[in-house]
Amino acid sequence: MTVSQDNSAGAVTEYVTIMIGEQLFGLPISRVQDVFMPERLTRVPLASREVAGVLNLRGRIVTAIDMRARLGLPDAASDRPAMAVGVDLRGESYGLLIDSIGEVLKLADDSREVNPVNLDPRMTKMAAGVHRLDGQLMVVLDVDRVLEISSDLRAA
Amino acid sequence: MDDLLKEFLTETNESLDVVDNQLVRFEQEPNNAKILDNIFRLVHTIKGTCGFLDLPRLETLAHAAETLMGKFRDGMPATGEAVTLILTTIDRIKEILAQLESTQAEPKGADEDLIGRLHEMAEGTAHAEPAVVEAPASTHGTLVDQVLERPLRPGEVSLDELERAFRETEAEVKPAPAPVQQTAPVKAADKPAANKPAKKTVVENDAAEAERVSNQSIRVNVDTLEHLMTMVSELVLTRNQLLEISRRNEDTEFKVPLQRLSNVTAELQEGVMKTRMQPIGNAWQKLPRVVRDLAAELGKRIELEMHGADTELDRQVLDLIKDPLTHMVRNSADHGLERPEERARAGKPEQGTIRLSAYHEGGHIIICIADNGRGLNTERIKAKAIANGLATEADLERMTEAQIHKFIFAPGFSTAAEVTSVSGRGVGMDVVRTNIDQIGGTIDVKSVAGEGASVTVKIPLTLAIVSALIVEASGERFAIPQLSVIELVRARANSEHRIERIKDTPVLRLRNKLLPLIHLKKLLKLDDEASVIDPENGFIVVTQVGNQTFGIVVDGVFHTEEIVVKPMSTKLRHINMFSGNTILGDGAVIMIVDPNGIAQALGTSVAAQHELVDENAASRGNAAEQLTSLLVFRAGSMQPKAVPLALITRLEEISSDKIELSNGRYMVQYREQLMPLVQMDGVEVATSGVQPILVFADDGRTMGLVVDEIVDIVEEKLAIEVASGRDGILGSAVIKSRATEVIDVGHFLPMAFADWFNRREMKPSASAQSILLVDDSAFFRNMLAPVLKAAGYRVRVATNAEEGLLALRSGEEFDAVLTDIEMPDMNGFEFAETIRADQKLNDVPIIALSSMISPAAIERGRQAGFHDYVAKFDRPGLIAALKEQTSDLNRAA
Repeated sequence: MTVSQDNSAGAVTEYVTIMIGEQLFGLPISRVQDVFMPERLTRVPLASREVAGVLNLRGRIVTAIDMRARLGLPDAASDRPAMAVGVDLRGESYGLLIDSIGEVLKLADDSREVNPVNLDPRMTKMAAGVHRLDGQLMVVLDVDRVLEISSDLRAA
Repeated sequence: MDDLLKEFLTETNESLDVVDNQLVRFEQEPNNAKILDNIFRLVHTIKGTCGFLDLPRLETLAHAAETLMGKFRDGMPATGEAVTLILTTIDRIKEILAQLESTQAEPKGADEDLIGRLHEMAEGTAHAEPAVVEAPASTHGTLVDQVLERPLRPGEVSLDELERAFRETEAEVKPAPAPVQQTAPVKAADKPAANKPAKKTVVENDAAEAERVSNQSIRVNVDTLEHLMTMVSELVLTRNQLLEISRRNEDTEFKVPLQRLSNVTAELQEGVMKTRMQPIGNAWQKLPRVVRDLAAELGKRIELEMHGADTELDRQVLDLIKDPLTHMVRNSADHGLERPEERARAGKPEQGTIRLSAYHEGGHIIICIADNGRGLNTERIKAKAIANGLATEADLERMTEAQIHKFIFAPGFSTAAEVTSVSGRGVGMDVVRTNIDQIGGTIDVKSVAGEGASVTVKIPLTLAIVSALIVEASGERFAIPQLSVIELVRARANSEHRIERIKDTPVLRLRNKLLPLIHLKKLLKLDDEASVIDPENGFIVVTQVGNQTFGIVVDGVFHTEEIVVKPMSTKLRHINMFSGNTILGDGAVIMIVDPNGIAQALGTSVAAQHELVDENAASRGNAAEQLTSLLVFRAGSMQPKAVPLALITRLEEISSDKIELSNGRYMVQYREQLMPLVQMDGVEVATSGVQPILVFADDGRTMGLVVDEIVDIVEEKLAIEVASGRDGILGSAVIKSRATEVIDVGHFLPMAFADWFNRREMKPSASAQSILLVDDSAFFRNMLAPVLKAAGYRVRVATNAEEGLLALRSGEEFDAVLTDIEMPDMNGFEFAETIRADQKLNDVPIIALSSMISPAAIERGRQAGFHDYVAKFDRPGLIAALKEQTSDLNRAA
């Protein structure tokens, strides 16, 4: 479970915090390429439900992942996802569609706790631990596992 | 690493690959002085450079090899052993080079064994015997690919295209390294046998030419090219954006410069694309050597044919398919081809053939590796599949042979009974498949027992810019590669072209052919309630994949655009309807529709053409699956009925109020004629709504067969399994896994016009010409005999060629022979040849009937002595051919 990739000194990881549904998540900043507004999203026919579509980001084709669908959360009320976090995996660009983006937090690795055993199994697969913040919990997302979308998962 | 050394390694390895090839060629044509000179020059260059770089071991080896080759030039016969010896030497050199690359020092070791033998051979003192025994043994399992490849990859490649581009610009010619260039001619000159000075000069010039060309290439780092390619892609996109803007604003002053920019961009793009492309022949280079060595090792005679070596594909893709290709060729040589004695027993030429071919097809490259060996062993594959737990016996029962053959791609599947040093090590086709999968390709195998097997690999040209048609479906845009688009048809409700339906299957009548249609939005599941499919209107993109033609129905067509194909995200690659995606001029991302995927969705797999197996099957005539298009309908009972689609002239739906009853018969006004309607047993003519009718026409007469419902059009192998005692039904066949009655059209025709069959038979029968019809299929005999009788001929049928010959030799006179091609035991070609060889019979016209009509087959037919070649379902064509042949006979008589 290697979340922080270059925690050279003091074992501290910086997280970009994001909101999906009502839940706060953290993405290791080392994996975040950029944050952008998803515009002109082209839906891909026959794709699995987790893939919201593809879009053009400065000449690169980015595959947009619907994080709500991915986490098994209900669809957003009606408003389209306002933000996307750009991440790379094996040379390909992905955009994780989220509700909103928060501040960057610097957290010590040893304060991270393991996933609670009763966490939703879908989320457990993608979570790499939990940080207790003031008044709320931040679930650390493992980018690699978030992008482990099996291709046979067709739209139901 | 020392730059000089690096350069040397790359260059030498390339030269050695060429030497490998040239030597194999030289062995085949030992009198070709040009090839020999070429080899000699290359080896000499290597020797010279080794001396310069102080690599004594390499130098001595190269020197010894050169000496022997010098002897060849003096006229010593180039025997197999001698060539093997030189090849072995080259392998040794390669080994040393590989170590040199990793350690940067010439490895210690002695080569006296080789050098000694080379000298012996050169002095002619070698007793041929020991050399023969030793030479093959000392190939010491050099699996060429391991050693060859590595030195070539310090991130640099030779780019022939770049060379060519520069060559065309007349760049200054670098003076060639003088000593090297001159050695060959000088050496040649001081041989006493320099008896043809003129010829030598030609060779010299050729060598100089080759030298000049090789000096005009530069090595460019792949990363540099990659970057260049990205920049050009961006430029293309920007250009497209500008064009988009100018399309909206007519008459701007930007128009002309923009046009120029557009042209220049196009040229630049093409140039850069070319630098990435390499002929597939580069990946084949090693194969002649591989095959030669295998042939020697396995005691087989193998010919390697290569077609389409200049087919170009992306360099990266090329690198990735090299090893799979080598593996498959090895497989063919080892498992596929039989030993000469075995081949002779099977009545095949002793020399087996492995044929490699490559060609472009709709944005893909198709590579086919075919052999004419024994084919895949279905039984052994079955046994292995059961042993590996991949399928149960019951599963296998239900599978077709082709499906069973696909098991060879399963992991750990090797059917070689024994593990040989060549193949059958458990790493088999599954590895090949994995490699091909990685680059987004597909692989397929076809095999006919005793005839051979072929593997077809289809690889997309991933990083490419293609011309595409931009279309719209359900408000979304898609690109269809222009390469596979034949034409565009606008379908409107009241025009000549309108979309018709057979049950739920839309079709288009296009130039008297029924074209299957598929709605893009339906295919892509875009048809939510909001967008209803307009049943009769739409744009039809007529598309061709292989030999399959179909129409894609879209809502709108915009324009064609040069698009940069970007590979699909790995998360979306499983959707085989798309081959990639692209960014349009306005910045939007759209999907590129893959016509191959659509063809597959249409249900019929696209038969790969140009295959050895197919041709073999056609000429030998067994096991080839013949698909027949059948119209499935219901009439009188729930059980489906079928009739070959080709017999039907048209399908109509006639409004019931147009149907008139006169003289107790139903008639309808149809195309300004009165068309009689015939009911099948138990079918009631509709009293309201529309009445589906199958229209049959012959010689100006039409009749309509009234049916309850048209169900479907299917392509199936038609095998009538149960003959029927009932009138009007030929028998039952299994179509789409349902028992289906195949109707006898011949039964219904006279019901419309009592004289349909006998109007011509009424003529004095003495003048009626008689025809011998030979066909092993009961269905065709039953179908064609009435047709021929209807045309006024007397028909005698024979169920096979033997029976046909018997009839011919019985003394009965026939005016023409009609024969099927694909028949067991004696096929149509052999039948024709036998007739032609018989003095008494050799003036009888023979017409071939075949469902496989290809130029090759027609040519083959002409040679066998056929007068004409007619497609099985082409009734008018058949009658015309018969008339022509029999009237010729009358004139001649």
